[in-house]
Amino acid sequence: MMDKDSQRRFDVLVIGAGPAGIAAAVRAAESGVRVGIVDDNATCGGQVWRGADDEHGPDAATWGTRLRKADVTQLFGMTVFHQPETGVLLGEGTDDLCELRYTSLVLATGARERFLPFPGWTLPNVMGAGGLQAMVKSGLPVRGKRVVVAGTGPLLLAVAAYLRKQGAEIPVICEQVSWSRLARFSVALLGHPGKIGQGLRLKKDLAGILFVPNSWPMAAHGGQVLESVTISRSGKTEVVACDYLACGFHLLPNVELQSLLGCQIGGGYVQVDDFQQTSVKGVFCAGEPTGIGGVELALVEGQIAGLAAVGATKAAQKLFGERRRARRFARLLDRAFRLRPELRSLPSAETIVCRCEDVPYSRLQEHRSWRAAKLQTRCGMGPCQGRICGPATQFLFQWNPDSVRPPVFPAHVESLATVVRNIGVSQ
Amino acid sequence: MVAVQLPMDIVYTNRRVGDTLLKTHRSAASMRSAFAARPMNIATYDVVIVGAGIVGAACADEFARRGMRVAVIDQEIVGGGATAAGMGHIVVMDDSDAQFALTRYSQQLWQALRPELLSDVEYDQCGTIWVAADEEEMAEVRRKHDYYAQRGVPTTVLNPQALRRLEPNLREGMAGGLLVAEDAVLYPPCAARFLMERAQKRGAELRLGASVVNIGHGRVRLSDGVEIAGGIIVNAAGAWAPELTRGVDIKKRKGHLVITDRYPGFLRHQLVELGYLKSAHSVTSDSVAFNVQPRRTGQILIGSSRQYGAEHRDVDQVMLARMLQRAQEYMPGLGPMSAVRTWTGFRAATPDKLPLIGPWPGDKSLFLATGHEGLGITTSLATARILVDQITGAKPEIPIETYLPSRAVKEVAHA
Amino acid sequence: MPDSASPVVTLSVNGSPVAVPAGATVAVAVAIAGQACRRSVSGEPRGPLCGMGICFECRVSINGTAHCRSCQMLCEPGMDVRTEK
Repeated sequence: MMDKDSQRRFDVLVIGAGPAGIAAAVRAAESGVRVGIVDDNATCGGQVWRGADDEHGPDAATWGTRLRKADVTQLFGMTVFHQPETGVLLGEGTDDLCELRYTSLVLATGARERFLPFPGWTLPNVMGAGGLQAMVKSGLPVRGKRVVVAGTGPLLLAVAAYLRKQGAEIPVICEQVSWSRLARFSVALLGHPGKIGQGLRLKKDLAGILFVPNSWPMAAHGGQVLESVTISRSGKTEVVACDYLACGFHLLPNVELQSLLGCQIGGGYVQVDDFQQTSVKGVFCAGEPTGIGGVELALVEGQIAGLAAVGATKAAQKLFGERRRARRFARLLDRAFRLRPELRSLPSAETIVCRCEDVPYSRLQEHRSWRAAKLQTRCGMGPCQGRICGPATQFLFQWNPDSVRPPVFPAHVESLATVVRNIGVSQ
Repeated sequence: MVAVQLPMDIVYTNRRVGDTLLKTHRSAASMRSAFAARPMNIATYDVVIVGAGIVGAACADEFARRGMRVAVIDQEIVGGGATAAGMGHIVVMDDSDAQFALTRYSQQLWQALRPELLSDVEYDQCGTIWVAADEEEMAEVRRKHDYYAQRGVPTTVLNPQALRRLEPNLREGMAGGLLVAEDAVLYPPCAARFLMERAQKRGAELRLGASVVNIGHGRVRLSDGVEIAGGIIVNAAGAWAPELTRGVDIKKRKGHLVITDRYPGFLRHQLVELGYLKSAHSVTSDSVAFNVQPRRTGQILIGSSRQYGAEHRDVDQVMLARMLQRAQEYMPGLGPMSAVRTWTGFRAATPDKLPLIGPWPGDKSLFLATGHEGLGITTSLATARILVDQITGAKPEIPIETYLPSRAVKEVAHA
Repeated sequence: MPDSASPVVTLSVNGSPVAVPAGATVAVAVAIAGQACRRSVSGEPRGPLCGMGICFECRVSINGTAHCRSCQMLCEPGMDVRTEK
């Protein structure tokens, strides 16, 4: 049983305080209802707006201000792990357990990076591209450090530009797609003037940095920490000494909570209608979980979800055009940066694929399904609950993941032992 | 040529069923079915086992060891049903003499097998401690101690101080316990795979991802229409057994489990509350009992719960909470631990709590090896032994009448 | 974002004092101390991978509580952080 003050009630509860969540919470709160926003990070902003507002451009500052002005209860450092009954979520804070009751729910759970295993990828200082950026935003000093940036997608450029501004030296950016794909992508960008502006600014920020398509990391080397990386460059290999490897292969939607709640998932993304409502009535989803599309799409989807959650359908409809335009860019991104098959050959027999349980590639090759591999090797049974190794094995072996069970994040035994009372009692 | 005497007085002999068929099968000594000649393109075995869980795998291993041609069929993977969900506790039990005989025999078979087990089976003779919370349960401890002593199972009665020394993380105020040092734990999916691979090394064939729609009278029919023939069909399908053999009285008994992150040294033995027996005894009500296991990894496996009539796999929050509250009552230190995963499973439960091992009346080819409730891992090896003994005419090591399926069948339609 | 001009927080990593800018996460403090956060099942040194609380490679013990995701926790003065050896 829980104390009364760890029970909270909202008209609209928003999970995730990145751009989509902030936009949803602000629009909902500005209509006068009781709104709460929850994030497991210690601070607001999610991944893309992590850290100070002024670094992220006018949008972040504007929305940050609107959030501060709006009457929104902010619950940070809280991990939502279960829905014990409809209308209630359970969240673990640093010291307490919170029962979150809601009428409408907006899930703005964002995305995570896809990691592909290669020899040496488990060395300390090999991180995600967004991962290293997050660490630097959280205070990791990189001035004078050499950082190899590798993987795929525009995120690499944004990360490289940011790191350089913080004083890092970027010997090379390795993009796995080919020149021709990049050229097609650049041509297609002509249809997105705003993106061209962004692209040109990036080009300026990255002047002088070696950007190499058709290239990817083949191995990371070092004793206790990373010391160098072997990269493949159009068929030839090259060893680059470095202090960090920032390496990410696309963003993947965080859909575990939505899956637990019974929302329909299609092709890995949460299915939503025009008003961002999922297949579960009263549960909305906005931002990356409905389709990877970046900040602009997240902001407009978040607003639509927040407005729809309070019944402001006309105001929501006014944003449909903006959303259409933002979605076109998202689809373009997806097509341009497909992963090449050579990346399936990166791991050697000894390369660890499941980092929680240290399961090497050779042990996984024996199995024909995720479930068989999981039971026989423990791959996917660790605390990451398959969030890292699942997408890797999906790419390497075309395995499909399991269904989701509570807790969607590890939680304390005593939190799972909670029985939620007062079913049906209004407060 | 091998002639085999079955309990029903049918003698199976080698028989040529066609040149084509002979060419496609190995020439090892084998039995052919005594039924009418089959079409040329049906795969024929001496034994077809439905269910590749721990019991099916143990049976495959035993039949193959005795030189028979075996096929094992499963709708999914090896050890994917209750085998994957259960705790992997190898434990002697004394609910009844029959239960004791089977569990003790099987525990000894596991001990003998131990040197051959691969490391991923994680066999660990950590022992069980039956925990007594009060004097009434201590009386039960002493009764068990005497019962086991008379039957050659060494156990030690623990007073509160001794209990605390062995398991310092149990809460204060326990009345004592009973240490059964020869009990063990293992990791069931890998144990099932070990047994299956041994059978395969002796020629057993494994067909996974095959849904079985019909079994009996020497045939197994799959959902895609393919038929497989066997002189002997073994229904080792656990909770699904009644779907394949109408009239088998097995009900699903749902259980929940939770596993924590790594906390090495917190727990040394499998701990079970004596109230467990009250829980396992009840045939109608939902119940929970304190039951925790130290895994080789340092993770703590927390159980147990029993529900009748629950057909869906979803984690039931109310049952989960009850189970975890019970666990914290015995070991408060579990509360702050990180729980990484929860899951459920279905035990195959019979009305008299004993498994069904032996011929199914009304079908000379059909045998059952199922209904093991929470003792499937423990009794898998003995189940295989006594089943194959019955078929080959060897004398089983323990009396088998109480496990025969015929005990439970009230009306049998004779062919 | 925390930088060298921010106020400083002092905490302890494996018994040694470490000073970090206020607002820095425990993962950053461990990195500044030159330590790996944990040892994998087979004994490899490991540090943060995802930086966002997903991968669990940054787990350390904080004030006696094991398995804390250090990338999600802000440093507080006097914190006792222990990594797995």
